[in-house]
Amino acid sequence: MLRQIEGSRAVAETVAACRPAVVCAYPISPQTHIVEALDEIVRLGELGTCQFVNVESEFSAMSVAIGASATGARVYTATASQGLLFMVEPLYNASGLGLPIVMTVANRAIGAPINIWNDHSDSMSQRDSGWIQLYAQDNQTASDLHILAFRIAEEVSLPVMVCMDGFVLTHAVERIDLPEQSEVDQFLPPYTPRQLLDPSDPMSIGAMVGPEAFTEVRYLGHAKQVQALELIPDLAEDFVKLFGRRAGGEHDLDGLVTSYQVDDAEIILVALGSVIGTIKDVVDEMRELGTKVGVLGITSFRPFPLDSVRTSVMHAKKVIVVERAFAPGIGGIVSSNVRTALRDTSIKISTAVAGLGGRPVTIKSIRGVVVQAIDDTLPELTFVDLDVELINRELERNRQQRRSGPMAENLLRDVGSR
Amino acid sequence: MFQVRIHGRGGQGVVTAAELLSVAAFQDELFAQAFPSFGSERTGAPVVAFCRISKLQIRSREPVMEPDALIIQDSTLLQSVDVFAGAAPDAFILINSTKSFNELGLEEFFENRQSERSLIVPASEIALRHVGRPLPNAALLGAFAAITELVTLDSVLNAIEERFPAKIAEANADAAREAHEFVLAGRKVAEHASTN
Repeated sequence: MLRQIEGSRAVAETVAACRPAVVCAYPISPQTHIVEALDEIVRLGELGTCQFVNVESEFSAMSVAIGASATGARVYTATASQGLLFMVEPLYNASGLGLPIVMTVANRAIGAPINIWNDHSDSMSQRDSGWIQLYAQDNQTASDLHILAFRIAEEVSLPVMVCMDGFVLTHAVERIDLPEQSEVDQFLPPYTPRQLLDPSDPMSIGAMVGPEAFTEVRYLGHAKQVQALELIPDLAEDFVKLFGRRAGGEHDLDGLVTSYQVDDAEIILVALGSVIGTIKDVVDEMRELGTKVGVLGITSFRPFPLDSVRTSVMHAKKVIVVERAFAPGIGGIVSSNVRTALRDTSIKISTAVAGLGGRPVTIKSIRGVVVQAIDDTLPELTFVDLDVELINRELERNRQQRRSGPMAENLLRDVGSR
Repeated sequence: MFQVRIHGRGGQGVVTAAELLSVAAFQDELFAQAFPSFGSERTGAPVVAFCRISKLQIRSREPVMEPDALIIQDSTLLQSVDVFAGAAPDAFILINSTKSFNELGLEEFFENRQSERSLIVPASEIALRHVGRPLPNAALLGAFAAITELVTLDSVLNAIEERFPAKIAEANADAAREAHEFVLAGRKVAEHASTN
């Protein structure tokens, strides 16, 4: 049913339609609207025997999720930023034990300096945690990917993170086609666990494994990710047949990537999340002026679709990876994965780090990056809209005096004095 | 695409106004995207919210930097925030106040703008009469429908009814109706003056 609603509400109602047996969460901005809505749905009795467990921390949220999932329950939780970091230890247990928990990450920056706004630093920091990671471009996708996520998770017995941009998507009100309960039921059969904690048939889960089998358990975790890579395109097709739209969004190619004006493009931007929408507008605008530019969106970041990326952008002259996070000391995170996909090609790959800590990624900024690429002046690593003057003032302070004071406070004072 | 920027203070319902406007546009079978400016929410602090309205699907997520319409819920912001930043010369401007452009110190600014697109509405006073609290958003949306004709008054009223419990919705709908009428009456006076 078409409705004009907030992204968080759409996700909550879609998750409810997936009939979770346990929802556990600790509130943190910008995830709060999702879990508040789910709490309300559970409280109104709309989810039958579903339990909403209000825990005392994110560490507990993931621990409860693990316990509940091990008893065969379909489990959902959501977090963001510092909350995700606080649950890192049990996060690895969830994937290592093969428990199909679905979690929304309402993407937000990580401190210090403390910042509540959107970027991808949180989920990117957990890219190697063994969880599957799907990234939503808009709120229709954010909603639909949750249905797909439960199906993938339960088929391969791995947990799935659905990453949606905090505030930009979670707090945006737009037109969303919410799935019918009967359709979701058809797509998502009741969960049949591979392992089950059952008092009437006791067993243990989570043995200590030494050198004799640890590598093999880890390898099987990787193999499940590879299995998901093959499974996602099939499930994406099933999804279209049932719901009449693509779970990955309007320009979804195979459930793993989305492709907009890529086929004849000489310059291809690669991105994840809501910035893809803004980039599409830039693509249209620049195509009108004769620039052959396109955008490849990555929906499945883990597993990483090496073949889909390679096939889609092989013909390009230049690739610009627009990243909402980066690895200090080296640069682009997504870029290094894209480089692996494009090994043995002569394509020039640049990294454009943009929109950190909520700085808006504007059409003008993206256009500027593409123009630089056309002019061959785009460096291998660039920070979009960087305030160079602000940085130079702090560097000068560092040179002038040993006790130059706290960096964040210094910069804020400089900004305020302009 | 039509882009609206709403300025107000925390507690005045700025974000709700953007949301209601998007729901009204949705009712009129348009695409709409409403979102706040994502600050830490504090009562009284300057707040901005945005609403894009279009016949086509809306993809861009950048904040509204060149608004086609501005709704200013609190005229005290005029001294502290550059509320008019990026507004085109023909942009619609709605200000909640009981003062005149002259008294607000805006005479010069509005000298070269189309007078039928710039309007002061005593939205807080209208709200006080109907809602009992100076929450200007519903009244301003009624005025917005009248001045821009982008959404219908009926859709604004429907959006209000959908959002609030019956009693509060009714009061807010009355405020929206009165502000709508206020704009239309003002227009009639202006037309009358220009024909004489």
